[in-house]
Amino acid sequence: MSRSIALFGGIYSNHVALSRALEDARDRSADSVYCLGDLGAFGPQPDRTIDLLRDHGVKVMQGNYDNSIGNGLSDCQCGYTDPRDNHYARISYQYTFQKTSPPNRKWLGELPELYRFSMGGKRVLLCHGSPRRMNEFLFSSATPTHLLSKFCEDFDADVIVGTHSGIHWSRDLGNGKKFINIGVLGRPENDGTTHVWYAMLSENASGTEVEAEFIPLQYDHERLAEEMRSEKLPEEFVETIQTGWWTTCLEVLPMKERRIGRY
Amino acid sequence: MTTAPSFPSVALDCLDNLWFQVAGTLCNLTCNHCFISCSPKNHTLGFLDFETVKRVLAESRPLGVKEYYFTGGEPFMNNELPAMLEETLRYGPASVLTNATLLPEKIVNRIAKAERESLYSLELRVSLDGFSPETNDPIRGEGTFERAMQGVEFLVGNGFLPIITAMRSWRLEEEEEVIGKFTTMLKSRGYDRPRLKLLPSLKIGQEAMRTAGYTDLDWLTDEMMEGYDKSQLLCTNSRIVTDKGVHVCPILVDQAGSNMGATLAESTKDFPLAYQACMTCYAYGSICSNVSSTVTFE
Repeated sequence: MSRSIALFGGIYSNHVALSRALEDARDRSADSVYCLGDLGAFGPQPDRTIDLLRDHGVKVMQGNYDNSIGNGLSDCQCGYTDPRDNHYARISYQYTFQKTSPPNRKWLGELPELYRFSMGGKRVLLCHGSPRRMNEFLFSSATPTHLLSKFCEDFDADVIVGTHSGIHWSRDLGNGKKFINIGVLGRPENDGTTHVWYAMLSENASGTEVEAEFIPLQYDHERLAEEMRSEKLPEEFVETIQTGWWTTCLEVLPMKERRIGRY
Repeated sequence: MTTAPSFPSVALDCLDNLWFQVAGTLCNLTCNHCFISCSPKNHTLGFLDFETVKRVLAESRPLGVKEYYFTGGEPFMNNELPAMLEETLRYGPASVLTNATLLPEKIVNRIAKAERESLYSLELRVSLDGFSPETNDPIRGEGTFERAMQGVEFLVGNGFLPIITAMRSWRLEEEEEVIGKFTTMLKSRGYDRPRLKLLPSLKIGQEAMRTAGYTDLDWLTDEMMEGYDKSQLLCTNSRIVTDKGVHVCPILVDQAGSNMGATLAESTKDFPLAYQACMTCYAYGSICSNVSSTVTFE
């Protein structure tokens, strides 16, 4: 039987979606589950996400948020420069830092930065932002195909998988090479729908190819919104969960991706 | 500009940003803060031709360039710009830095079509240095506010979300109020989700005369580079092509010594931070990229 792997992008403390995704991946008979980092931010009670991941034996890698929390840095390293984005990023970071237990912080600081494995005869490389920079945003409309091909060459990979930018997409690069951004479980994709995304990576029956399927995931987003409010997280964050439109961190979006959203 | 005796040297880490100085130093405006003193009469650097752009684009592919930028002078003075953008959008995302006063309907329709048909974004960065004629025109010239805003309206009407770019000519404590006034004005002109980018003033070119240039103490030293994140410096990730060759960065383009060779391959060597303007980059980081820029000293 061919192998399949569930890949989760940024969780952003959305433990409600994570819990649902773990069930969904089990129902789809995933052989293993990887999380590509950014466990905290945005949502409530970061330890709940960390506990879920550890209890289910998920292979977790470090995102920029985890690197910051784990090393006690002063910000999330998202690189926002817009004053409004920075304001919200600060609130979110301070909350997440304070609510992450010291042992969990230590655990975040020790997570690996990349994972490699073979699947369908391909060399698969999992990273957070890009293979060269943990906090690099790779949006579809701002990432040349030749740059992705260069990453494959420089990092000895046929398939590169990342998250970080919050919107799923993939591209065939020719010569059997692929780039896949799996999106995130943490918040919806700025398209006016409330579901979030993850991906299933499978090899074909003959074991000669690897395919990604993007999975839209409905979850109890109202329960998450309620919990965010009881934790006094910004109403702007709650609005995103309830409407599917991003209200903050918009400056990093290239025009094509920005045009799809409301703000 | 005088030079100091020894300078820190910086290696090109990766060529993420490739710039084309398509209009050279020629501009239809004569702004009094222009860091390379562009004007209708400044022929220091001339127009780039389409063939050169095509050659460099082809050379850029194996180097893994991530973004392409078009600047001047005023890029739309170069009639070949639309063709250059169409070609570039086959390679990757493109951005044009414009004053938006030279945007005929035919040209905007053409580049809007190119953007719609491309996988990649085409960003228009429109320079506007005030939220009203009273605040903008003393810097950019009589009547420029209204002309630029007509250009902005036209771009928005054609599906673009231009990035309005302003040089800070106000005090930091006024920043929030100024941003608010920009936002209100842009919304009142039909741009309902404006993107705004703020730049520090570069104390060179015309701006050195308008305010104050760097002093003899403003040099980067090896000591200052210790523990500093060099990726903030443009010269670690950018090069710019002019009709004279490939230069280290857009800020130093008219300085002797910034020309690194005829091809991208020749321009990949280390660069000495031998210019006082390097202080601006050191202090403010990658101000030339599309995301907004805020002064933060912690």
